[in-house]
Amino acid sequence: MLDVAESPDSADSTASARLSGLRLPTRPTLIRSAVIVVLLVFVLLGLPQLLSLYYVDAMTQVTVYAMVALGLGVLVGRVGLMSLGQVAVLAVGAWSAARLLFGTGQPYPLVLLEAGLVTMILGTVLLLPALRLRGLYLALITLMLAGAVTVVLATLNFPNGGHGFTGYNGNQTHIPPIRRPSIATSDPAYFRYAVVVAVVMFALVAIHIRTRPGRAWAAIRQSEPAALTVGINTTLYKLWAVALASFVTGVAGGVYAGAVHYLYSIDFPAYTSITILAVVLMGGAYSLWGAVVAGLLMQLLPALLQNWGVSNDWLTILFGIGVVQVLTTAPRGLADQFPKDMAKLGKLLAGLVRRPVPAAVPETTGGETP
Amino acid sequence: MIEVSGLTVRFGGVTSLDNMSVTFEAGTCGLIGPNGAGKTTFFNVLSGFVRPASGSVRAFGDDLLSIVHFRRARWGVRRTFQTEQAIEELSVFDNVGLVHEHAGQPRASRRADVLDAISFVGLDVDPASPVGTLGVGQRRLLEVARAVVGHPRLVLLDEPAAGLPDAETEGLAEVIRQIPARTGALTILVDHDMSLVSGCCETTAVLDFGELIASGPTAQVLRDERVVRAYLGTAEVA
Repeated sequence: MLDVAESPDSADSTASARLSGLRLPTRPTLIRSAVIVVLLVFVLLGLPQLLSLYYVDAMTQVTVYAMVALGLGVLVGRVGLMSLGQVAVLAVGAWSAARLLFGTGQPYPLVLLEAGLVTMILGTVLLLPALRLRGLYLALITLMLAGAVTVVLATLNFPNGGHGFTGYNGNQTHIPPIRRPSIATSDPAYFRYAVVVAVVMFALVAIHIRTRPGRAWAAIRQSEPAALTVGINTTLYKLWAVALASFVTGVAGGVYAGAVHYLYSIDFPAYTSITILAVVLMGGAYSLWGAVVAGLLMQLLPALLQNWGVSNDWLTILFGIGVVQVLTTAPRGLADQFPKDMAKLGKLLAGLVRRPVPAAVPETTGGETP
Repeated sequence: MIEVSGLTVRFGGVTSLDNMSVTFEAGTCGLIGPNGAGKTTFFNVLSGFVRPASGSVRAFGDDLLSIVHFRRARWGVRRTFQTEQAIEELSVFDNVGLVHEHAGQPRASRRADVLDAISFVGLDVDPASPVGTLGVGQRRLLEVARAVVGHPRLVLLDEPAAGLPDAETEGLAEVIRQIPARTGALTILVDHDMSLVSGCCETTAVLDFGELIASGPTAQVLRDERVVRAYLGTAEVA
């Protein structure tokens, strides 16, 4: 369910299932689904029990940033759009959700959906002129846009329960926290809630990748002229990818708002977008597992370092080296490389165990010759 | 029938196609010429990547140039490129199905049409296998399958046999010969391999430095003095 269209055997199994007209899952698909189910059950039931509140909070952030990475993965990995503005998109989602949560009594899932839709529209409109650009220029434009959004948010402020469109009241002495869903007010419960939302988002993207838009994106990434000649409206499908990525990031913003209770524009510095792109490239932009790895790198690693008393500045250096390393040796990211490395290590270890047997042969022949 | 009249394409100071007027009647037509003669530019005009400075292209009565590039597949234009463009990430089936899907063909007939196209070109592989496992010749066949699926009206083949050994080229020629009869599409073949062109095409047009220098029945065109001169590079006799 997760690494769709990445491993050849998954593409193989879906195609053969379609061809035979039956949807009988093949063995690799079954194993993969089983692994995902076991992992999810552990994450939902076991993990919050095992971890201290400090790490539960960190894991909620991991979930949020896994969704952000998922959105950026759609842009980078599917249509080749390098965006350095994702933190601004996240901020727009968080702002919209916070405003709706203060202003209305709507149920949380509805607020998340609305925040996602608002972000989808804004994100798409913002990136519309940038769609004609690629590579470095697109990255620069999106970084500038992210900077602009940060400035606007610093002036506008995040809603804190005030009135009017901005929902901000600077004179307020008691600032009410952003509410959480009634079924998930405690930190562990909210973590579970965030994971469920993330699963829905991952499923949404997985469905896209497996169906018509996913095939169109694959064609666009390979060659735009070739995609045009087979009848793909490349502008429409690129916009579709931008809209989907913005929606997912907006929902992540909504989850973030509830997780932190209080929002400040200082929490969304434009340069964080660069870190997000770095972890997405390291995790692997072409696979959905890569987004999970990216979320862990982005939020769990700093939490660990802080707990161990190591300066977070080391992370910047580590990510810098990491990106260079990944781009030179494993362009498809850790999510693709790690299983391969493990398989290699397994073979190596198996080879070490077996070695004494063939090594004995030359010794005996060597002994016979003189 | 494709009627091209007065087609001129300029890139800055370079005139790639100079007042080209030619009619492609039906069946498989060859388009040959030395490197840089404007063959691919002509294809790019038909696919909508290049806007001509002047001229018109009427295809089966429609003004082809007025159709937006990505809508031309829906109209019935199919094209292969000099470098094959099979999508690595997708299976053989999805590679062909993608064309069917975006060319506005009915979903109900997709499976049958795609499998039909794959078997027509003689691609003897599991349709579910990823493109990455295919050899050069198989990828070329896959390109042709992509070009014939879902009722094409105009099939443009840009050096479909580039990089193929002779034995495989012969198999490809057999497939190309059958395209018009099977799909009803007008097929235009660009290639440097004269045996492929003369083996597949009833009529042939020759371009040289953007100018149409000959067109007509293939055998006659290939004997034409100006064509021989253009290919052998003999100096113009005044």
